[in-house]
Amino acid sequence: MANLRDHMGRPIVAVTGIGVVTSLGVGKADNWAALTSGRSGIHPITRFPVDHLNTRISGMVDFLPSSSKGASHLTYELAETAAQEAVSEAGLESGDFGGPLFLASPPVELDWIDRFSLYNSDKQDAGAERLLRVARGLKELDVFETTQFGSIADRLADRFGTRGLPITLSTACASGATAIQLGVEAIRRGECDKALSIGADGSATAEALIRFSLLSALSTHNDIPEKASKPFSKDRDGFVLAEGSGALVLESLEGALARGAAILGIMRGCGEKADDFHRTRSKPDGSPAIAAVRAALADAGLGEDEIDYVNAHGTSTPENDKMEHLSLSTVFGERIGSMPISSNKSMIGHTLSAAGAVEAAFSLMTMRESVIPPTINYDNPDPAIVLDVVPNKKRNAEVGTVLSNSFGFGGQNTCLVMAREPV
Amino acid sequence: MSSHDVVITGIGLVSSLGEGPDAHWQKLTRPGLEPVLEAERFAPYTIHPLPEIDWNLQIAKRGDQRQMETWQRLGTYTAGLALDDAGIKGNDELCATMDMVVAAGGGERDEAVDAAILAASESRNDRDVLLNEKLTTELRPTLFLAQLSNLLAGNISIVHKVTGSSRTFMGEEGAGVSAVETAAARIRSGQSTHVLVGGAFQTEHSDMLLGYELAGYLHRGPWKPVWQRQGAEGGGVVTGSGGAFLVLEQREHAKNRGRKIYAELGPVVSGRARRRQGELNSEIAALLKQAALPDGDLLTISAASGAHAATAAEKAVLDANPALAVRAFSTLTGHMKEAQFPFAVALAAMAVDRGAGYPAFDATVERPFEGAPNSVLATAIGYHQFEGLGLVKAA
Repeated sequence: MANLRDHMGRPIVAVTGIGVVTSLGVGKADNWAALTSGRSGIHPITRFPVDHLNTRISGMVDFLPSSSKGASHLTYELAETAAQEAVSEAGLESGDFGGPLFLASPPVELDWIDRFSLYNSDKQDAGAERLLRVARGLKELDVFETTQFGSIADRLADRFGTRGLPITLSTACASGATAIQLGVEAIRRGECDKALSIGADGSATAEALIRFSLLSALSTHNDIPEKASKPFSKDRDGFVLAEGSGALVLESLEGALARGAAILGIMRGCGEKADDFHRTRSKPDGSPAIAAVRAALADAGLGEDEIDYVNAHGTSTPENDKMEHLSLSTVFGERIGSMPISSNKSMIGHTLSAAGAVEAAFSLMTMRESVIPPTINYDNPDPAIVLDVVPNKKRNAEVGTVLSNSFGFGGQNTCLVMAREPV
Repeated sequence: MSSHDVVITGIGLVSSLGEGPDAHWQKLTRPGLEPVLEAERFAPYTIHPLPEIDWNLQIAKRGDQRQMETWQRLGTYTAGLALDDAGIKGNDELCATMDMVVAAGGGERDEAVDAAILAASESRNDRDVLLNEKLTTELRPTLFLAQLSNLLAGNISIVHKVTGSSRTFMGEEGAGVSAVETAAARIRSGQSTHVLVGGAFQTEHSDMLLGYELAGYLHRGPWKPVWQRQGAEGGGVVTGSGGAFLVLEQREHAKNRGRKIYAELGPVVSGRARRRQGELNSEIAALLKQAALPDGDLLTISAASGAHAATAAEKAVLDANPALAVRAFSTLTGHMKEAQFPFAVALAAMAVDRGAGYPAFDATVERPFEGAPNSVLATAIGYHQFEGLGLVKAA
């Protein structure tokens, strides 16, 4: 019989349901098949014209009914689709989840399509004054709800019957991992037996792309889109903006076993540390990332030699990959050269608010399937980054523990440690 | 009383009334205080504007100030006030181990760029191309960072060196409730020893008004107190710029470093009524039950927004409990969205600390409260969704 409490006496948290959507497809099966065959979901942008844009490729999710309906609608559908897969797999009733909801999603704004439509509905006055006057005459709440930061979670709470006030959060690129961490912590504190943690991002609008582009964060390797995301390569030149979602059903191991649920993995530990250096750059000595990794290991009760595989943040920006290498080699020492470390983003791009959740889902599958997805496009290794990135081809390997990194703009770093089996 | 109790050791406040707990106490305890109003700039909407602020006092580097717009500056400034008040500011060790939960919306867009794009859209059918053309050439690159929700917390880390952990909750008033609730739960369970929690809202920007007005929530016409806007033109909400940050601390931690304790933070409860199904009144009543209110007269600091339906529901439920002496502070500050609940908790803590209540903010509706409050209730019923309450007690 497994222990039900961890090394700190807290309830052990199990994963009993996993759902995922990326540019590679809907659901775990399609995603896993693509990911392990090294297939990229990065493709030319067709959702909006690319005139004047330096970056004309992305990992957008273009195949859902809401794909052309704006960021709020698509983010909802991504979240709902992944959560439905996870809740079904957990064998729970999808309208009566009975635990809290933690949603990582992008900040919302009035979409341009609505801005244009409101503005051009008459010709009196101008600018903001016209928008406000037209707005107060609207008879429907649809547009309003796309601008409320709590609305997507509110709809999801209705849809899945989650309990209490849902939490919508943002820690930038670490958001998905933070949503999972909040769920883990709520269960450990005994506030609930189960939690639904979702990261979803359908906000790859023209404006979002331009904003990241103006910060020089995006790859401009437009000619062969599937080759653009090349984490840890010498010629990496930025991340590829992408969409997706990941959802986990988290349960106390005790509760999951009691109802006979299949245990898909264990959330062993979470660690975080904020960076105070700069808004877009991390501290040159990597100390916040190092502290986040160490905090996750300590929370998990595992030593540096007990991590089998690292699911890297690996964005393919010059800055991140260098800093991630520095921090991992500091924590893991000489062992780092022989530890497999791969980046899912080489195939799916950077799904921003969803990334931590999507990559946690893939980390759990890596352990279950005993297959490590590769880092593709690794044709030109960066000599300053000596890592076993599982280059270009999947690898069969027994993986009992995974560290998954998420490092965000604005200095929010979150790391998760997962295990295949309870202790 | 237990060593893991949550106590309040720092308060940072900014509103149209001024800055800091003392200035707010002075003003709010003055019977018949008139609100600070700005009725012209955003007519037909009245707002409560920011007071004059010397940003340098809390954000020393001009370079840091330039990287932010007013919303982030306001939040970073207010957070600095709270850290100062708790004796944590500048203490590297305490800042590096301090957790943070910020309740945030979004930052300010570039109104001039938006207006130019909208004006051009009247004569162009290729609006998507127009967008690319204008945004790629006219957006200031760093403005994006000033708009990002999580960058208020990011700036607090950079300016004040709070780096234990950093989380940003989004979702209007509910985000403020969850932020306080989560911070308190962390302390009670021993996960955190001290947490910075709060939010800020900058209403003096057309998009911030638009966020309400897309559902017709804003009050129009002459200003009225929160409780008297039913039936008036518009939706009942008058907004204000301001912010509220709290330092929540484990009792033992605060005692060990010899800090003044304003009050203990008791139960914090939250909910999500399905309002379209008419659940709001019963949800508020249920939350009141969960909060385990003490017997006898109870001063109640309400964050009521004035939004017609939500405010009527809150009033009905509070009125049904004759022990509650209600004070709706948004009458004097305006609605500060994500900051509403932290602001309510701050005012509650100040009353407990000083052993005195506030006079009625609207004497036609709010009844007198005499005596020294031992406990004070804080409410935040969202103008559109989400609800929460907290009970603040004498330390």
